[in-house]
Amino acid sequence: MTTEAPMKAPTIFSSELAARFDKLVALYPARRSALIPMLLYAQDEQGYVTDAAIEEIARRIGITPLDVRNVLSYYSLLRTKPVGKYHVQVCTNISCMLRGGQELFEHCKEHLGIGHKETTPDGVFSLEEVECIGACSWAPAVQVNYDFHDNLTADAMDAVLDQYRKQAGK
Amino acid sequence: MPTLVSHPEEVKIVSSRFGKGATDIERYIELDGYQAARTAVEKGADWVIAEMKTSGLRGRGGAGFPTGMKWSFVPKQSEKPKYVLVNGDESEPGTCKDHLIFLHDPHTVIEGTIIAGLAIGAKMGFIYLRGEYRYLLEIMEKAIADAYAKGFLGKGIFGSQIDFDIISHTGAGAYEVGEESALMESLEGKRGIPRIKPPFPAVVGLYGGPTVINNAETIATVPHVLRMGGEAYAKIGSERNGGTRLFCLSGHVERPGVYELPMGYNLKKMIYEIGGGIRGGRQLKAVVPGGSSTPVLLPNEIDIGMDFDQVGKAGSMLGSGGVVVLDETVCMVEFALRTIKFYQHESCGWCIPCREGTDWLKKTLTRFHAGAGVAKDIDNIRYLAENMLGRTFCPLGDAAAMPTIAFVKKFRQEFEDHLNGKPCAYAKQKMQESVLV
Repeated sequence: MTTEAPMKAPTIFSSELAARFDKLVALYPARRSALIPMLLYAQDEQGYVTDAAIEEIARRIGITPLDVRNVLSYYSLLRTKPVGKYHVQVCTNISCMLRGGQELFEHCKEHLGIGHKETTPDGVFSLEEVECIGACSWAPAVQVNYDFHDNLTADAMDAVLDQYRKQAGK
Repeated sequence: MPTLVSHPEEVKIVSSRFGKGATDIERYIELDGYQAARTAVEKGADWVIAEMKTSGLRGRGGAGFPTGMKWSFVPKQSEKPKYVLVNGDESEPGTCKDHLIFLHDPHTVIEGTIIAGLAIGAKMGFIYLRGEYRYLLEIMEKAIADAYAKGFLGKGIFGSQIDFDIISHTGAGAYEVGEESALMESLEGKRGIPRIKPPFPAVVGLYGGPTVINNAETIATVPHVLRMGGEAYAKIGSERNGGTRLFCLSGHVERPGVYELPMGYNLKKMIYEIGGGIRGGRQLKAVVPGGSSTPVLLPNEIDIGMDFDQVGKAGSMLGSGGVVVLDETVCMVEFALRTIKFYQHESCGWCIPCREGTDWLKKTLTRFHAGAGVAKDIDNIRYLAENMLGRTFCPLGDAAAMPTIAFVKKFRQEFEDHLNGKPCAYAKQKMQESVLV
């Protein structure tokens, strides 16, 4: 007798990510523990957490999409709307504030021509004022996507943004 | 890449492998790595707990609870599996020490987790990193895979009969999740809302099983304690405050950075000698000694030893080791506003005094700093904050209230200077000199 492989449910994610999710849900003592990492990894691949991603993640874990949304809305890194290719997150919390974080945020606004939680028309950059990112002794600090840039000045910030602009081919 | 600093007064224990390539497992082993875990496997749980108790190591997350005692509270027999949970959700403003530990010495976190697991009889440990630390999570994941390949994790660790697994886990942005019960909720895939205590995690924790939750720095210290011996470690620090800790100097010092100093090290000396004094030769105005939730200290209050007891006696807290230094150019009303803005943003909304209190404090301070303050606002700010104290399930409410009360109490004159539509005296100065050079 041959055992047939179980029918693979269709997925909206890349085969690598789908395989990673298969592993993740089985890793923890409870499937649901995989929820927050899955949402973040889905967002990394698709730019934001889409409705389809919520549906699929809910199905994979065995909870309702509403339950997924309830968790999603709590975490500040998770979003349900697209952002720029490079999401510029400027920390203005106390340690950064003391070393020019607020001015740096204003500088980024001016340089990019956008405000808090806005995206440039070409979709390359979006900007957000964020809370402490854990780079206090190297302030002021900025995170672009997951990359840290610290000990910044206005000029250094311009160089960082130019570098990303070049990467985007703009 | 965060810059590493050094000062001759430092006693490098937790930071001893920083900058030495210890993310590589072979290098880590060369630098005495995994010796402590091996010894712990041979000598057993009772020996580990006794050494930890002798060491006087107290939790580096901020509460300062003795680690050995915490571990001894976990029941020996349990129907449900026991767990170790490492708190790497480092989010307290002013704190960036775990960042360096994960970056430079991930294996010591793994080794400490193994030892904690052995001490309480757990077979599984979790290392929870804040979502922003993605590049550090990748370093941790690689280190864990390497430890499995060596047989230090998995079935029969170090050739013994003991099994131990570690899972690294990412958060997705939430300060509140740094509170231990909210951390467990988050790891279980829920909103990070605190649980009612009791029962305490040592009895009912993750998935209902007894759980030990330790800060990443505490866990990273554990292998060093066992290697040196509890007694030797205790001798380094001050009374009832064993060893060293990582102090994150930030703000207006000449040489900000993360420095490892003995517990009880003098705060004034830390700022003026280690940190090189106030930038540009300016005057010191205030110090936040242990992360943004700790009450501010005045220049005449900083001649104290930095340990849990001495800072407590000075009316503040040692907290998470984030020493934020403020010079004379800072408007304390604006600083208070920025602090409360953070707590308002991070309040999970579960307890009304915290949710409403932080919101009203932010609204009042925003209006006040903008020049629309009235005299009774000053007492109202303090009254609001005082009424949050002790009235919430988790310490976030207190974390927001305590610094606010201290700002009003210690800098009342500055609040009064903002009254009657007077513009902030510091704003003009700020306009004249850009800090971004």
